[in-house]
Amino acid sequence: MRNTADVVVIGGGVHGCSIAYHLAQKGIKNVVLLEKNYLASGGTGRSAAGIRHQFGTEINIRLSATSIKMMENLAGELDYPHGIDLMQGGYMMLAYTESQLDQFKKNAEMQNSLMNAGTKVLSVDEIVRITPALNTEGLVGASFNKRDGHVDPFHVTQAYADAAKRLGVEINTRTEVVDIITEGNRVTGVVTGKGEVISTPAVVNAAGPHGAIIGKMVGIDIPLYPERHQILVTEPLEMFLPCMVISFTHGTYFKQTPHGSLLLGVGDPEHEVKDFNQESTWQFLEDVARKITYHMPALKNVRIVRQWAGLYDITPDSQAILGKTDIEGFYLDVGWSGHGLQLGPVVGKLMAQVIAGEKPDIDISVMSIDRFKTGALIPEPACV
Amino acid sequence: MPDRTIVCRCEDLTLEEIRDLIKKGYQSIEEIKRVSRCGMGPCQGRGCRQIVAQEIAGATGKNMEEIKMPKFRPPVKPIKLSILLGGEDKNA
Repeated sequence: MRNTADVVVIGGGVHGCSIAYHLAQKGIKNVVLLEKNYLASGGTGRSAAGIRHQFGTEINIRLSATSIKMMENLAGELDYPHGIDLMQGGYMMLAYTESQLDQFKKNAEMQNSLMNAGTKVLSVDEIVRITPALNTEGLVGASFNKRDGHVDPFHVTQAYADAAKRLGVEINTRTEVVDIITEGNRVTGVVTGKGEVISTPAVVNAAGPHGAIIGKMVGIDIPLYPERHQILVTEPLEMFLPCMVISFTHGTYFKQTPHGSLLLGVGDPEHEVKDFNQESTWQFLEDVARKITYHMPALKNVRIVRQWAGLYDITPDSQAILGKTDIEGFYLDVGWSGHGLQLGPVVGKLMAQVIAGEKPDIDISVMSIDRFKTGALIPEPACV
Repeated sequence: MPDRTIVCRCEDLTLEEIRDLIKKGYQSIEEIKRVSRCGMGPCQGRGCRQIVAQEIAGATGKNMEEIKMPKFRPPVKPIKLSILLGGEDKNA
């Protein structure tokens, strides 16, 4: 392993790999990435693999629309032969009350005016045309964007990792960071679990739910905690469901992947454990069976193959914490609270710009850790 | 000659493909699974994981005991959603 680096990136998820690639692409080539387990082993690889324009805050709308454009050309840009299994069949967000529909209309107007996103508000008839098997009981409408969809989290991460390596980045998996060395108010090095020390003036914390532990190593309190979320996958079926369907009312979401299998999820934050536990529960299976067959009764005869769990890195406003900190050379890209995968491309680019001392293409200052001191929180209304 | 022996029957992966992935640096069952879908089908790796473990052990000079096995997650064998609805739905 190298013993000096211009930048050390902690975390081998999509964000860490994207940051490493974009740094190297700028000419900052002595970058070392450290991953405790293997690439995409945390939240990235356990996610529901979704990409969507349909957010409700200006910052997320700007970031996601830009990131989806990057995804559309990613396999070519990164010269990744496997491809990233991008499938854009849309996200349909179901509204069960007029006030919910009003919120979706406001969100759609913001998405369309800021980023020309092409989000539409659908009537129940229009919903049925796209998803004939959906139970429309109680539905008043939906928000829909055709260019939302699916991407393979492992391959996006691997595409960035491979491209970064070709540009000279060193990626070390199964390498845990156990300490960060500071002198005065600035970062000077990183210590690994194997006892190696890497001298560096810059460290990026992209460690997901472990980000708070990394923060403590330099004496910074990062307000984030892990929260388990569960999901399951079915046997593959002929394609019949073109889009992701989400109900914030029921805390449910389901979609069909390019492989043909269905991903079924139910968010239950009140009853989920708030620690590093990633075990599955039987209760979740029953919950999914009841709620998802309510939305789509025809799924009763579909077989479940596997359930799993992953951790959200939750912050007080369910928004990420990005950029510089009070410790010189210590940067944050954590706290994505369950919607981070899709933003890996754009945020990796912006973080590389911040680290290089440039003005980032999109102003991310609202996501600074300072907002927890000033109280300028930016709650996102569109999250499961 | 390419070895067309099927290792993962659910996802149709050959011994040659597995060996190529190990050569590329994916040296754990978890990583091979994530890039190739090996072991992600209906049988959940019951057929292939031992073979993949042997291949990794052979290629890396490790003992079989050192190769970490992925977790078996519920429901272990595929079951219909209707079974989980229990008595709630008489038409299931």
